This record gives sequence, structure tokens and C-alpha cells, in this order.
Amino acid sequence: MHIVVCVKQVPDTKVIKINPKTNTLDRRGVPSIMNPYDAHAVQEAVRLKREYGGKVSVLSMGPPQADAVIKKSIEIGADEGYLISDRAFAGADTLATSYALTKALEKISSASPIDMIFCGKHAIDGDTGQVGPGIASRLDIPPVTNITSITKVTKDYVELQRKLQDGYAHIRTSLPCLITIEKEINEIEYAPFPNMLKAVSYQPVVWNVDQLGEVDRKQLGLKGSPTIVGKMFAPPKQEGGHTLEGTPKEQVDQLLDVLHEKRHLFQKKGGAAV
Amino acid sequence: MPEKFDVIVVGAGPAGTSCAYLCAKNGLKVLQIERGEYPGAKNVMGGVLYKQQLEEIIPEFWKEAPIERPVVEQRMWLLDEESAITLGYKGQAWANEENYNNFTILRAKFDQWFAKKAQEQGVTLINETVVDACLVKNGKVVGVRTDRPDGDVYADVVVLADGVNSLLAKQLGFHEEIEPAQVALTVMEVLNLSAETINERFNLEDGQGCTIEMFGDATKGHLGTAFLYTNKESLNIGVGTTLSSLVNSKMKPYDLLEYVKHHPMVKPLIKGAEEAEYLAHLIPEGGYHAIPKLVGDGVIVAGDAAQLVNGIHREGSNMAMKSGSFAAEAILLAKQTGKYTEEVLDIYREKVYESFIGKDLEKYKDATETLENHPQYLKEYIPMLNRAARIFFTVDGISKQEKQKGIFNMFMERGKIRTVQDMYRAWKVMK
Repeated sequence: MHIVVCVKQVPDTKVIKINPKTNTLDRRGVPSIMNPYDAHAVQEAVRLKREYGGKVSVLSMGPPQADAVIKKSIEIGADEGYLISDRAFAGADTLATSYALTKALEKISSASPIDMIFCGKHAIDGDTGQVGPGIASRLDIPPVTNITSITKVTKDYVELQRKLQDGYAHIRTSLPCLITIEKEINEIEYAPFPNMLKAVSYQPVVWNVDQLGEVDRKQLGLKGSPTIVGKMFAPPKQEGGHTLEGTPKEQVDQLLDVLHEKRHLFQKKGGAAV
Repeated sequence: MPEKFDVIVVGAGPAGTSCAYLCAKNGLKVLQIERGEYPGAKNVMGGVLYKQQLEEIIPEFWKEAPIERPVVEQRMWLLDEESAITLGYKGQAWANEENYNNFTILRAKFDQWFAKKAQEQGVTLINETVVDACLVKNGKVVGVRTDRPDGDVYADVVVLADGVNSLLAKQLGFHEEIEPAQVALTVMEVLNLSAETINERFNLEDGQGCTIEMFGDATKGHLGTAFLYTNKESLNIGVGTTLSSLVNSKMKPYDLLEYVKHHPMVKPLIKGAEEAEYLAHLIPEGGYHAIPKLVGDGVIVAGDAAQLVNGIHREGSNMAMKSGSFAAEAILLAKQTGKYTEEVLDIYREKVYESFIGKDLEKYKDATETLENHPQYLKEYIPMLNRAARIFFTVDGISKQEKQKGIFNMFMERGKIRTVQDMYRAWKVMK
């Protein structure tokens, strides 16, 4: 069983700010982290490796310092990592990114055939969730998105639980396939010490565009990206908020008044109170 | 068989990183383990880094290290509630690169840089990992047990630079539980303020810094100090008192910091500054008497873990670095002999005690205890000095001789013998 997990380095959106004047991201001092969904994807691949045997590889596209997310994956338990890094990839949208990653996946697969490709549900910087399905489409394999559990793996098919708007679907799909992972699929384990040691000195395989074989350069980077950002704006700041004052009892009384006043918010459409 | 190293260093503060750096530079295979997300994430000090001990490890480090400002002025304030006796030194000699004495730094940045330099020398650094215990075999420390799965790792020698209240040294029986009087709890804030405003308010040239130490009312007369240091575009302000003072007086450390921030001497200096960070940490204050056993078979204790802090002179990180360097020297020597016994490593203990570290700590060995047991120095004499200065400098038609007599009598109010005793005792512990 060979699972390849696509991982992305993203700015930590918890600490990111939007410059209110220019409406652009203020990335000063913002640390880079592994996209959290991708970490769960690597963890799930490592869990399956433990259960069914095989190998976990990770693949990332980014500048040389993106090797940090590959090291992080090694800590979690991945066996090997590939980084595609080239100026030609810069400025890629989801279409161009999925093309470049597909080329790399084809190269990895030619040496060691891939059974499953995992991606995070989406990256927290773009929130599109398009790259995974894009890769599946290019490779002509089934994409199964928003997966919360992988229950059975055989050499021909995999059974999974997929999150829907108002419930779950249990599905089976043939292999190879591409799976995008939700956070609730697992807890990230505390990495074993030997993995930490391995990660410190681990050097991923780095490929530039020339090493990816036959590539249509027109489909790469900014040139290959039809997405145009028309406008960017920060959502308006939430107004309101009100601090209750007085003795604890007075505050509780005031709170009850407020709740009473707004009781319609707690009623179901049918009219019955929850 | 798990991987084996020559040296495992626990902790990536100044002591641990100095030791790791020098061991790796001399060809040893070094593993350094840090519990924080990155070196410096959990490390706190007021912010003064002395030059010499680091320069011995990395010459001209200030050219690339993330320092804030070289310090050209050190002020000392003896505070009463609304006034201060001020002392200090300012000299352009300290502004000259060759004569730099100390710098202000922000530890989160500095420690990361220092650890990176050590990694460049070949140190293997593992973050976010806690060492739970030393692995001991036949009485010799042979490695450490981390809190991670498959977490045992082995080495010829382990350096405990795990900071104040070293649980690892305690587990080995090197020291008892630390007493509340032996540690200070320091709380501090980083306040953002523009470089121009800092330069104006502290009377500084661009790129020059100033430090202020405050005694007396800064801690409401309890044993401790407050401080205000200038960074590039921020100020470090903090206050530390022994844990025992906090407990006995039921003071809350953050209330005390608010009190300092509102003192009329301090308030105008920090006006309009924006609170950027709040930090708190224990500082070893036990001094000479609290130094634990420093060496065992296969193990060395360095830095704060060894209580190597001179509270009177706010020196700590320099002693940590020096002790880390001594530890490296001892380990390199042990490597030559092939034996990592207490006997061979004991050269470390000798070096610590024979250097300025041991000598300075010995000089002030009774200072903390004396000040703790005799609160009159901070609680009574400092306000008296303030009153005396006010009386003496106020022109009100009373002759100077009469004023002097009045001041003399004020000091003798406690009783002549007691006052003389107090003066003698102070001289004795500081001499």
C-alpha cells in the first residue's frame, strides 16, 4: 500500500492581519505552519500504514523553506518526502497547482505505484478545496471529499465515511482514488522520539520543473492561472457587545432580562421553545 | 538499539546552548532537547545580556545577533511613594563597539538565534519535548527519558540546563525542594513605543540603550527589584520579589507591576505605550548557599538549574553561558580520557567556584537572607533617604547645619545602636 499525502505550508491564519488601508494580508512576523487538515491526512495515512503495511510519502509544492512541512510529516511518521520547487510554479492558482502536483505524482507513481492520494479538506489560507479534486480529475481517479473515517481498505477498494451537510454517507470506492480529509478523522498523535530525530536531518527529494519530465509550461504558475483576484476586503468588524455591571445578582437579573427580551432567538421555526 | 550521542543537553537557554555549541564545535555528537515550541518560547529574563561571556563563544556576535540596544546608561532608583533618590552612570565609552558592556535583548528572538548558531555547529535540536527523567545505570547517568513514545535516548554525559527549579537535578538528589525564599517571581511586560519617543524620554542617541533598576517602594519595601529597560521599539518593565515575600504579604505579582507602572517616576516614561506581551518566570535567588551538587557520574548541572544567578547585580544569563562553557570544557576533557565519572567531570565544579561566578556568589552569599530578615533596609532606610534629600534640598530659611542635625536625628530614631548595627551588617554582606 502506497499512500501519498499532498501537504501545504500556509501562514498561520490565527495570527494573520489584514491591512485595513490596502486590504492586503499583512504577513510580517506571521509564522508558517502545515495546513492543519493536511496534518490529519498524514496522521491517517500513518495509521493505515500501521494497520495494513506499506509506505507513506508526502508531496508539497513551495519555496525551499517549505521543507519544514515535510519534516513535520516525517515527525508524524511519513517515510519519505518530495518537494517541487521552482520559480516557474510561483503565483499558481488551484488549477495550475493541481497540474504541477499531478506531474509530480505521476513521477512518484512511475517508481512506486500509488494506491491512494490524501489531501486536506482545504487549505486554511485559500479555503477553496479545489486542488484535491483537481488532481483526481487530471489523473482520472475517483475523488472522495470530506472524509471523516476510513473503515476498511482492501487491495481493490476502500470504505469510508463522508461528511454531508446534514449527516454522513458510508461509501465504497475503487482504488486508486483521491481522498480529502476532515479534522475529526483522528487526533494528531504525540510523535515518537525516533521520528523527531529522523526529521531533524531529513532532506526531502527536491525537483525543479525540468525534473518533472514532460511539462506544459503554459499550464504552470501565474501563466497557467485563470483566477484573477478582483477585490479583497476584510469582513466588517462586529459591532455591539455589552458588559453587565453591578453586583453578581444584579448582573444575573439583567442577563435574564436580556434573554427574555431575545427569547425569539431560542425558538424553533415551529414556535416551540428549545 | 536507540541512537547514542556523546552529549545530551536538556534545555535550550543560554547555559544549554553555550554548552551544546562548544561541544559540537569540537566535534562531539550533541543532542539538545527543549520543551518549548522553539528555543526562547518559554524563557524569560529582564532583558540584559552582558557581552563578554558570549563573545568568548561567538566573537563579535552583536553584529548578527538580534540585540535591541547596547546599554550606555545604568540608573538606579531608590524609590519612595512619590519620590526617588537617583544614582547612575552614563558613558560614551560603553557606546563604542570595543567597549560594549551589555545589551538589551528580547529572549524569544535571541534564544532562537543562539540555538540556530549551535545547530550550524552540528547540534541536533529537538523542540516540544519534555525530559521526564535521567536514565541511571549502576549509579551513572547514561541518558534521558523523554515524554514521547520510544522516548529513551542515550549519551556518555547529560547536561542539565533545564532552568530554575530543575526537577531532573532534584530527582538525582542534587538538591532539596526549593524554598520560597530562594526564588523570585518576576512578572514583566513588553510595551511597544516608537524609537523616537524612547530616545526623547530616556535622553538617548539612536541605537543606544538605558536600564533602570528600582528598589524600595517598587516592591512596596519587600525584597526584590523592579526594572525598566529600553529595547529598539519597546520597553521591558517588570518587577520581581521573592516568592516568600509575595506569600507573606499576600501581594499579587501583577498588582505589584500595575503599582510600579503607576509610580510617578515611571508613569511619564511609559505613557501611551502599548502592551504587547506579558511574561512571568521564576528567578533563582538562593545564591551561593543554594548551589546544588553540580556534578555526578555522567551528569553536569549548569545555569539557572545550578542556581547561578547574582540577584544583586542582575547577572544570570552571563553566568549561565559561562557555566555552559565550563561544562563543555569538562566534557571535552572527559572525552579525551574516555571516562565520564564524577571525578573527571569535577573540573567543572572547580572552574565554576574558582571563576567570577563562584567568587561573586560567595561575596553576596548572605545578602538575600540578610535583606529578607531585616526588611528595614528597603522599608525604612530608603524612605528615610528620600525624606532626608527632600529636607536637605528644600530652601526654607532653616540653616543647613540645623537640617543636617535633623536628618541625623531622623536616622538615629531607630536607636543609635540599632542604626550602627544595621550599617555594619549592610557593609558586611556587601563588602
